[in-house]
Amino acid sequence: MTDIKAQIDVLPGLDKTAPLLQVNDLHVEFRTANGVARAVNGANFTLQAGETLAILGESGCGKSVTAQAIMGILDTPPGYVTKGEVRYRGLDLLKLPEEQRRKVRANRIAMIFQDALSALNPVFSVGFQLDELSRVHRGMSKQDARKRSVELLDLVKIPAAKQRVTDYPHQFSGGMRQRVMIAMALALDPEVLIADEPTTALDVTVQAQIMTLLAELRRERNMGLILITHDMGVVADVADRISVMYAGKVVEEAGVFDIYARPSHPYTKALLESIPRLDLRGQQLNVIKGLPPNLMNIPPGCAFNPRCGYAQDVCRADPPPPAYQVAGDRTARCHFWKDVLGDE
Amino acid sequence: MFRFIVRRLLQMVLTFIGATLLVYALMFSNQGSPARVIQSLVGERPVTPAQVQALTERYHLNEGFWVQYGYYMKGLLHLDFGTSLTGRPIGDMIAQAWPVTIRLAVIGVLFAVLFGVTAGVVAGIRRSGIFDNATLILTLLLISIPTIVLAPVAQFFFGIKLGWFPPTAGGDPTWWALVLPGLVLGSLSLATYSRLTRTSVAENLRADYVRTAKAKGLPPRRVIGVHVLRNSLIPVVTYIGIDIGGLMSGAIITEGVFNIPGVGFNLFRGIRTEDGPLVVGFVSLLVIVFLVANLIVDIMYAVLDPRIRYE
Amino acid sequence: MSNLESIAAAETPAANPAPTGPPGGAKTDKPRSLAGDAWRDLRRNPIFWVASALVLLVVVMALVPQVFTPADPASCALSRQYAPPSGRAWFGYDFQGCDLFARTVYGARASIQVGVFAMLLAGAIALVVGLSSGYFGGWVDNILSRFTDIVLGIPILLAAIVLGKRLAGDRQGTGIWTVVIVLGVLGWTTASRVMRSSVISAKNQDYVAAARMLGAGHGRIMFRHILPNALAPFVVVMTIALGGFISVEATLSFLGIGLKAPAISWGIDISSSTVRVRENATPLIAPSAFLAMTVLAFIMLGDAIRDAFDPKLR
Repeated sequence: MTDIKAQIDVLPGLDKTAPLLQVNDLHVEFRTANGVARAVNGANFTLQAGETLAILGESGCGKSVTAQAIMGILDTPPGYVTKGEVRYRGLDLLKLPEEQRRKVRANRIAMIFQDALSALNPVFSVGFQLDELSRVHRGMSKQDARKRSVELLDLVKIPAAKQRVTDYPHQFSGGMRQRVMIAMALALDPEVLIADEPTTALDVTVQAQIMTLLAELRRERNMGLILITHDMGVVADVADRISVMYAGKVVEEAGVFDIYARPSHPYTKALLESIPRLDLRGQQLNVIKGLPPNLMNIPPGCAFNPRCGYAQDVCRADPPPPAYQVAGDRTARCHFWKDVLGDE
Repeated sequence: MFRFIVRRLLQMVLTFIGATLLVYALMFSNQGSPARVIQSLVGERPVTPAQVQALTERYHLNEGFWVQYGYYMKGLLHLDFGTSLTGRPIGDMIAQAWPVTIRLAVIGVLFAVLFGVTAGVVAGIRRSGIFDNATLILTLLLISIPTIVLAPVAQFFFGIKLGWFPPTAGGDPTWWALVLPGLVLGSLSLATYSRLTRTSVAENLRADYVRTAKAKGLPPRRVIGVHVLRNSLIPVVTYIGIDIGGLMSGAIITEGVFNIPGVGFNLFRGIRTEDGPLVVGFVSLLVIVFLVANLIVDIMYAVLDPRIRYE
Repeated sequence: MSNLESIAAAETPAANPAPTGPPGGAKTDKPRSLAGDAWRDLRRNPIFWVASALVLLVVVMALVPQVFTPADPASCALSRQYAPPSGRAWFGYDFQGCDLFARTVYGARASIQVGVFAMLLAGAIALVVGLSSGYFGGWVDNILSRFTDIVLGIPILLAAIVLGKRLAGDRQGTGIWTVVIVLGVLGWTTASRVMRSSVISAKNQDYVAAARMLGAGHGRIMFRHILPNALAPFVVVMTIALGGFISVEATLSFLGIGLKAPAISWGIDISSSTVRVRENATPLIAPSAFLAMTVLAFIMLGDAIRDAFDPKLR
């Protein structure tokens, strides 16, 4: 295996004892001609090495934006990080100059995206796009980089890697392309991998293969994995901890078993209840009535209150509920979390 | 890839046959006695019965349309474009006129590509900036002003009034004499390339693979200079081939106004003097050029965009 | 010329087939349609108003030139050759002693007439070909596309030259309808392609399948369901093509194979004034400026409409 860690720059301010990734009170807004959309309103996450954190939520709840803000690849304009910290081993990435931030990307924190067909450049071969990483970040020669790329394709179990390395993205199947993306992400041995809906565009069987691959690689390298998804089925198998997001905030954070067994936020509860269950056959499906809020016009107080069965007047007025400590490692942003917990 | 080329070649042959048939039919389809045909060909020139006889034989006017077309095609395949009403073989006229037009076209295309594509890239990157808006306005003007306006006005202004360039080229023109007409010829193309590049770059900047490239920690110069540019230039490069048609049309006017003895000028004169065979001959040639250019463009498109190769 | 249409087609996105846009603006949550959004954007665009004003001006000039000048463009007297501008003749007189302003104003008529009718003809052909090609697909599409390729294979000016000569023959008269036919018959290709791709993307939408299930026949589906949603890019290309037709007409007249005297056309005027430009430049500048402005107006209009309908610019 090529020694890839050879020439990594040493970043000032790194604290080996701090959590791998810690996001504190992150705020991101999009300034458009029609108004300001507040996509992320105080998100908090902690990720330790060797852990899989799932960020769960509907479309538009701010999960992808958070990931992009962590990576520093937000489209600015119109997106702006207005508040908060993103600490990689204690070092606040948001305060780094862009040059250094760029070095962190792909080297320490890598990301894979949902639709591999559009995420890969269609006019360059897969090998070229893999080689780039080794050549730009590690200064490797063309031959060495290509050797490394073939190794990477082997790593993600693409058959006949040596022949396929010169193929183009559209010549691969969906699952294979996603593996290529994973190979690209792991090329520089990062410590954190952010996977933004990696399996949403794939068939169920291929989904399972990819998730297994991700879990395996994560285990082997002791990486921290952030899995962003709206699919509760995928999460149950793979995640250690879950953060549920709604309207740009983390409304509940807990270990995976706790959340599935006894949710402590009405939104999480409603999500779980809306999963169709075979043993309740013949009964009407549960839905969460209403729609997610318009991010330019988030209701005061708790953003979920218009759709919530537990809502009272205190929920409809500012200030919004703080993150109550439900247990040692659980928080929930709901004034009535005890009721939700008790109702299970 | 090979199959792709073969397929395109076949298509081209088909289009070529169709186009030349159309041109030929338009000029020569049966409209009555040979005398009438000849009369309509020469327009208002008087023709003697002897000339009528000679022309009838030469152009096989006594025979059916398809036979005539057959002779015509046979001639074309032997690169015999017939004879002008002035008696000169059109092939000779082409051989003499061609080099000048190529020089003119080279100046035009170089000018258009250099300034147009560069401006388009910059405008596409800095959308809505001052540069972008200025380019949009300028290109809009260049596109709207027809060559028949631009050429004479440029000639008057830069050639006569300001005297920066020679107002006409004439005889065997030097490269310098071809600069002003070249710029005029290229200006419409410049505007088009610029707009196309701008749109293409702006679109590609929003593409998903750009986000991936950024996430890979690639420096912005590489993201734009390698990833975006390669994708953006594909439609532009392919368009340049299609633009040959526009260049040819523009050349007719430009060469006429600036007195450049090229292909366009000959055609211009042929139209004015109502020299039917010359017109048809030159137009056929230009059609061939146009089709070949399109074929090359299609092949280049396949070379540049791997997705096309495997259709 | 064909350049204009190519740009128009290249820059115009395929029709957005969805009949309604996403809900929720900043203030109200009324569902908005694409056409409604587009009209709103169009109204706000100053270019739209400027272009429309220019177009209106030229059209009025074409319809009632008498309003702009009492002079008769055909009454020329060599005694007045190159006489300078005066209260009666704002632009002075040309080399034949004709009132230049009057000639320029009356020249609008030929341009608009040719432009509009050519557009109607080309539009009709493009509509039929594009709609059939896109909707029926299969061998219909194949044949029509090959045919389109062939017509496209000849640059429009060259084909116009050949066709124009053929149609005009030795006929007398101004040749307006000749030019209209030539332009209409050669100028439909880009619009047809645009219509075809719009129809193809609209065809695959669910509402078409729904209409079919409800028993709608081909005609009804084509005209009531697909056409309205495929119209926007088509309109854009046709507007820009109108500008192009005016330009080609002037070019043909310039070359002497379009309109002929006694028709009054900017192309004719430009042609005759170019050779005499050292004597007096005004007869060149006037029709040139008007021609350029008219073409510009239509292109700006087409641009503005396209920008209003482009979902990516929202």
